[in-house]
Amino acid sequence: MTDYTEIRAGFVKSKIGLVGAGILLCLILVSALTAVFVPIETYKQWNNPASWTAFPKSALPSWVNFFSEKKMPEHQIIDTPRTILQEGSSVFVTVQKFETDYAYDYFPNDFLFQYTAEYEGSPLLQVSVLRPDGIDLQLVSSSLPHSSHLAAYSDKIFSTNDSIRKNLVLQSSKFSYPIDGMTAKEIIFSNSAKGDVLKGRYVFSVGLAGVDSKNAFSESRFILGGKVFGLVGTDELRRDLSIGLLWGTPVALFIGVVVAVGSVVSGLVFGVYAGYKGGRTDESMMRLNDVVYALPALPFLIILSVTTSNSIFLMIGFLMIFGWVGIAKVSRSMALQIKTRQFVDAAKTMGQKDSKIIFRHIIPQIMPYALASIAISVPAAITTEAGLSFLGLGDPTFPTWGQILHDAKSHGAAARGLWWWIMPPGIMVALTGLAFVFIGNSLEVIANPKLKR
Amino acid sequence: MGLKRYFASRGIILFGVLMATLFLTILLVGSNMDAIMKKGVAIQVRSEIVQNKDLVAGFQSTNELDLYITGQIDQRVKNLGLDTPWYSPNRIGLSMYKIMILDFGHATFLTSDSGSTAVGDIILEKLPKTILLFTTATVIISVIGIFVGATSGSKTGSKIDKMTSSFAVISSSFPVWWVGLIMIFTFAFSYNVFPARATPLLAPDDPGYIAALLYHMTLPLITIVLIGFGTWAYLVRNFMIGILQEDYIFAKRAIGLSQRRIVYGSALRNAAPPIVTILALSLSGSLGGAIITEAVFDWPGMGRLYFEAINVMDLPVIIGTTYVLTVFFLVSIFVSDLLYGYLDPRIRTI
Repeated sequence: MTDYTEIRAGFVKSKIGLVGAGILLCLILVSALTAVFVPIETYKQWNNPASWTAFPKSALPSWVNFFSEKKMPEHQIIDTPRTILQEGSSVFVTVQKFETDYAYDYFPNDFLFQYTAEYEGSPLLQVSVLRPDGIDLQLVSSSLPHSSHLAAYSDKIFSTNDSIRKNLVLQSSKFSYPIDGMTAKEIIFSNSAKGDVLKGRYVFSVGLAGVDSKNAFSESRFILGGKVFGLVGTDELRRDLSIGLLWGTPVALFIGVVVAVGSVVSGLVFGVYAGYKGGRTDESMMRLNDVVYALPALPFLIILSVTTSNSIFLMIGFLMIFGWVGIAKVSRSMALQIKTRQFVDAAKTMGQKDSKIIFRHIIPQIMPYALASIAISVPAAITTEAGLSFLGLGDPTFPTWGQILHDAKSHGAAARGLWWWIMPPGIMVALTGLAFVFIGNSLEVIANPKLKR
Repeated sequence: MGLKRYFASRGIILFGVLMATLFLTILLVGSNMDAIMKKGVAIQVRSEIVQNKDLVAGFQSTNELDLYITGQIDQRVKNLGLDTPWYSPNRIGLSMYKIMILDFGHATFLTSDSGSTAVGDIILEKLPKTILLFTTATVIISVIGIFVGATSGSKTGSKIDKMTSSFAVISSSFPVWWVGLIMIFTFAFSYNVFPARATPLLAPDDPGYIAALLYHMTLPLITIVLIGFGTWAYLVRNFMIGILQEDYIFAKRAIGLSQRRIVYGSALRNAAPPIVTILALSLSGSLGGAIITEAVFDWPGMGRLYFEAINVMDLPVIIGTTYVLTVFFLVSIFVSDLLYGYLDPRIRTI
């Protein structure tokens, strides 16, 4: 048996091996935390544009604000308003107040009020904003569709709504300059004296006033569309890229490790069996090996995923089919050497079965090499999968780094300068690859002392 | 086993692989292919009838016309042999024979720049561009790689050696196509030095076309070389280390030959067989890898053709391109076998 403590001792001494193991540990930790803390719904909804409407379009990561003098507005989703009930003799009013500290140097992209109201009759919906300078601007005043019984009604009010602009133009006397050419969001957030952004606390209040009947907001949120969002920003389809990157980690690790282990183990058994048996078995098995070796892998993988299905598990199987060949060749030549050693002869004369000799005596000798090959095959599997996904042949049920890059490519992210869409997925692919290459290299040095020096 | 027998057996295997690839490809796309061809026949018949006004006028009712159309379609389907299922041995044999003699048929959607729909024409137009880009890149990579690798292999443990090794490891972890995206971002978006799309806007018969093509080629070329040469240098370095430990090198040192003469004269010559083999293999390997790289840079070669064909499921083009790529791949494997057998006599004894 190989001395595993020796391998471990050698590994602990190798610096890059430890760095690789450290990176890998971090990636595993990220995967575990993702699985525990990020709701599983988010990955199922990844390719469903309807579930990402609350997010901004192509927003930069929010940390870019640290590096620039002028701060870009952060995207804010305010869904915890203060609710005030005013009950008069006949009038019933529900008011919700959405507060935000606006301390940015640019106007927001847009804003959106999204609500579901439960009411009877035809209540009046009023939206107004109290600005830091004390000016109160009326934005919307409209009655909701009539309903004869208690019913729920959902709607959205966009900042581009024409009636908001009309209402604002009516209040143009509060501004010391003409506001006709400005959009609603600019008027609301601009200084009444100069026309630049007015910083401070804004309170948006939404009132629902009904006569002789109760009413309430069962759901409401105010979205202030910003230019920066989260740690990694969002893409053109409003998706939070950090969610995709996080879910991509366990998927990539799974693909890489399963493909590497599967192809190395099958290649090892195949090669050792051929080498040990020798003769015609060896000859015909090696010819099969040559055939698979000469197949052009990438065109084949592409045709297979186009014609069969793009299931990720099928792709893992195909990657294994092309992955075992090189390992089979090397382990065969190793088996050829090992089988001439005395302990194999001894086992044979003792009448041990072939399978026992192969698994008990020969394969353990090759184990260090096999471990190194597993580590080295992982990055190849991950990059191949990422490449196929990048071509648009990935499994749409899982978000992967390759698919994020595919979407980036098809929206022309590189030529439009959306760097936060391109950099992180590639860095993640490379980082994962590096971790395994580091581990593999240090294992290889242990397995093959000739490379030391 | 003699050298001749070795080559003969390799040749037979590779031909078998070619046939197997062809067979598998047809097996995979055959059923779709049939449906598409039948549709094509129906469209052809209808358009011919629409154009032929006299014929249409001769019919009494629409029923009669429909009957005539279905009759015509059935007859043509029969003439083309489409009435037997695609998996019948006859049909598979026929399509394999056709492809082997390079008759790829007509593309369903794609056309060449000159407007021809023959798959052969399209491939002939794209192939030189792929060869131009990837052969140039491979040559540059191998020259830089051999030089850097030999230098660092002869000075193990030095700064240049450590730099080469770590650059090789790090650069091989990045997918080429991702680095391509970054290059486009940097040089096309931020600095505006090179165009983002590598397809020249000029027509191919324009006198400035060659210059434009070369200018558009710069960015993909730089990217491929940047990512590729590290691995090469690392390989050459490892060969050199092995060879520099041999006795005859010590003997030459003892005579007092200069280190430079030993490295570039004796050692590099002895490292030649594996290096030449890898060169031949990587030339063809780059053709396969071209699919993604060309898709990123929009380089008008075989890889992008393949990518486009897959996007619109243009099966004749897919089959034709796979075949040509496979032929190139196998020929280069064969050439590398030949070279190895020729350069390294030990192979003959296996």
